[in-house]
Amino acid sequence: MKGSLILAASAGVVLLAFAIRPTAVDAQAAGSELASQCASCHALTKPAEVTVDRLWTRKGPDLWYAGDKFNKEWLVAWLQKPTVIRPGGVLWFKHAKPGEPRDTIDTAAVEKHPAVDAETATKLADQLMLLKSGGLVTEGAFKPESANAAMGKLAFSKLRGCIACHQSAAGTGGLSGPELYDAGQRLRADYVIAYMKDPQQFDPHIWMPTLTLSEPDLQRITGYVMSLGKEDK
Amino acid sequence: MIRFGIAMLGLVAMTGAIAVHQPATAGSDNPRIAASAHLYDTYCAQCHGVQRNGKGVNTVGLSVQPRDHSDTAGMSSLPRDQMIKAISEGGGAVNKSALMPSWSAVLSKEQIEDMADYLIYVCKCDTAQ
Ligand code: HEC
Ligand code: HEC
Ligand code: HEC
Repeated sequence: MKGSLILAASAGVVLLAFAIRPTAVDAQAAGSELASQCASCHALTKPAEVTVDRLWTRKGPDLWYAGDKFNKEWLVAWLQKPTVIRPGGVLWFKHAKPGEPRDTIDTAAVEKHPAVDAETATKLADQLMLLKSGGLVTEGAFKPESANAAMGKLAFSKLRGCIACHQSAAGTGGLSGPELYDAGQRLRADYVIAYMKDPQQFDPHIWMPTLTLSEPDLQRITGYVMSLGKEDK
Repeated sequence: MIRFGIAMLGLVAMTGAIAVHQPATAGSDNPRIAASAHLYDTYCAQCHGVQRNGKGVNTVGLSVQPRDHSDTAGMSSLPRDQMIKAISEGGGAVNKSALMPSWSAVLSKEQIEDMADYLIYVCKCDTAQ
């Protein structure tokens, strides 16, 4: 592990780091797997200094609020069999190619995520669920009874333009943001509504703008986003 | 590296006018232009294109296509004040499509003003008149 870390660091090649299989971890070291295997690419505590350039140099998305964001079952499954969430990698621009009729993403160059075994995945998921946003996500903010998912779909796909950056089905939608077609399994509703309301609370420089959304908009779009990926698995 | 290679291809295939924007700061040693170009790459190129031509990765299926910022004739008709308003408050504020979002939560007033100057630089609107 140590050797591979040094190798990865000295080569400075992200691809190489991805190619290295994380080794099985010893149960005694519970609590340290995240720090030892994941901190090289993911912020596990709120970064002290946030800049635009951090978004250009970080190697993975932030996990410091993972406990407020993810469903644990999804984490356990995904860590064993990671799929692509951000079609253009952690920063789409680095894999974008100019073209006709529009720019494209060089998907072959998007790094694959390292996978872990079932036991490690459960342990890591437990540790991730302890990482909280410190009050950015309000329990119960999403009110399922008042959310009209059909109207939410219209807002998402047309009126509010979420589809510009997010895919609501594989192959449908923009490529600069994380896909949301499995959001119902991956994400917690109260996180979805909090993020949509003010993405800059999570990162002041993230390239999702704060859109003007009314409270009913927030509720119905969250209702729609949370319905994605629920039926077909 | 790959991107640079493609830029070089572009240089051959297209006119120098487009190639000068790839990398977007080529031909300028003005640090405010360079800073705005970097912000443009981060926030605007996703829709307006890495070559500032309105052909970003996010334009699949958009009902209104983003403005081509490299189009001298088209951009010349856009007053600087309207650019600033559109960038700050979104397309809706200037009777354009709301698919153009408001950036005032991400960019400071000064950064938005510099961005307007950058757009005038990109479209070569100052030299066209
Ligand atoms: C070499 C860098 C690297 C390492 C090491 C790494 N990750 Fe990641 N991770 C990434 C990237 C890049 C993504 C984004 C993948 C995507 O969006 O398709 C990601 C995504 C994730 C996600 C989904 C996050 C989200 O917001 O969608 C989780 C959860 C995650 N990683 C957990 C881990 C854990 C746990 C470890 C340690 C075992 C780990 N990662 C190690 C680079 C890394
Ligand atoms: C201009 C592009 C853009 C637009 C428009 C946009 N988003 Fe985003 N969105 C992003 C980016 C970028 C992220 C965060 C990427 C990251 O952290 O890696 C994000 C993150 C999210 C997340 C959190 C997902 C996650 O995996 O952490 C949700 C939920 C979300 N957006 C919903 C929406 C909704 C709903 C709308 C419309 C009201 C919308 N977005 C409009 C770019 C956009
Ligand atoms: C989610 C996609 C998207 C992003 C991101 C985006 N734009 Fe736009 N922009 C558009 C669309 C679509 C239009 C066309 C609106 C119309 O013609 O109705 C537009 C139009 C414009 C216009 C012309 C407004 C007018 O009055 O005609 C300017 C100027 C502009 N954008 C600047 C920017 C800048 C600067 C950024 C980055 C800070 C940016 N845009 C990011 C989609 C986007």
